[in-house]
Amino acid sequence: MNGIHDMGGLHGFGPVEIEPDEPVFKAEWGSRIFCMTQMIDGLGVWNLDEHRHEIELMAPEDYLSHTYYGRWMFAMERILDRRNILSRAEVDQRVAEIGAGNRHFPPAQSTGRNWPQAEENKVRWGAWRKEETIKPEFAKGQWVRVRNIHPPGHTRVTSYTRGKAGEVFRVNDQAWVFPDTRAHYRGENLQAVYTVRFDAQTLWGEEHAEPNSYVYIDLSENHLELMLED
Amino acid sequence: MDHNHTHSEKDWQAIRTEAIESLLNEIDVLSSDDVDRVVKHYEENVGPKTGASVIARAWVDPEFKKRLLADGLEACNELGIGGPETELLHVVENTPTVHNVVVCTLCSCYPWPILGLPPAWYKSSAYRSRLVREPRKVLSELAVVLADEVEVRVWDSVSEIRYLVMPERPENTEHLSETELNALISRDHMIGVARDIELNG
Repeated sequence: MNGIHDMGGLHGFGPVEIEPDEPVFKAEWGSRIFCMTQMIDGLGVWNLDEHRHEIELMAPEDYLSHTYYGRWMFAMERILDRRNILSRAEVDQRVAEIGAGNRHFPPAQSTGRNWPQAEENKVRWGAWRKEETIKPEFAKGQWVRVRNIHPPGHTRVTSYTRGKAGEVFRVNDQAWVFPDTRAHYRGENLQAVYTVRFDAQTLWGEEHAEPNSYVYIDLSENHLELMLED
Repeated sequence: MDHNHTHSEKDWQAIRTEAIESLLNEIDVLSSDDVDRVVKHYEENVGPKTGASVIARAWVDPEFKKRLLADGLEACNELGIGGPETELLHVVENTPTVHNVVVCTLCSCYPWPILGLPPAWYKSSAYRSRLVREPRKVLSELAVVLADEVEVRVWDSVSEIRYLVMPERPENTEHLSETELNALISRDHMIGVARDIELNG
């Protein structure tokens, strides 16, 4: 989807500000959200592409203002709700109880919940299928063009590369899951990932590109088409 | 949003997190003791010193360096390094005529087991939006001024492949031990927003 998360090339965000000696976690709640997400990653509740896409579905103003781990909180809540593991209404109620200063809460309902999950419903998290082999379509040194596509769902094709031509710098010929379909449970579609080298002038135009600069980006085979020689 | 607007931004997120965590405990999805352990792990065991040890080893051991450039994760495994969020690692080498720098424009992909968790600026909208379009300008604002002859390579790591920059070993360091070299290498060198390695004293 063409969302605010696809930031490459946007103007208007100001300088990059590096804070020296920044702690690992700035706020305790962020550390809890990060680590709870890490733990749930291993429980078969969501796959990584689905989790990323959930973040992309945030309202743009929330995406920009809720901070990094706030986005993770949003994704966690929404997927747990959708899976019937923990509803947002329960979270809202607990928030109200905490806000009212209550110390003891009515216990969470113990029935009607999709937990523990049945083994066959568990979801695989990782992206590389080590047990599979694939046959890459393109080779190092070939010129490819990024397909000009604007899928409304999840995709890892960045806006700034669409329609642009680059050279295959490296073929990552492992069997990679195709995020665009897995995020929506439409199959893993194992395929190679290509590191494609783009000249800055191709991406940003002669007038604004910086000299002697290149962007290397990893793209799935389904996002590329071979450029035919004249 | 359905949060309580009488709280400040930080407060509502802290309260909401507390609510989620307490409920996940009660329904037995996870335990707060385990969350404590994972937090401690990321605060104490994981960090850029791991990456620095990999680079320092490559500087002193040419055979290891070859293996590291051929298959980053496999070479890291030799040193007992690995973990979630890095399925394949490419190490990219700076030279007198090439400077590498890493970003993820779509989210904030980063080699956690090698460098720890990314700093706030790496996840910032400014870094994610600008680095691919004007890397020289961004780097110069961060005190890395590159001559036009130096080729800039920006690695936008939007797939599950992760990147680590190998800075150049500074001259006149032949007398330094691997441990001493390790101490010279910072997180920013390995992301590529720093270039020159400063010798202490």
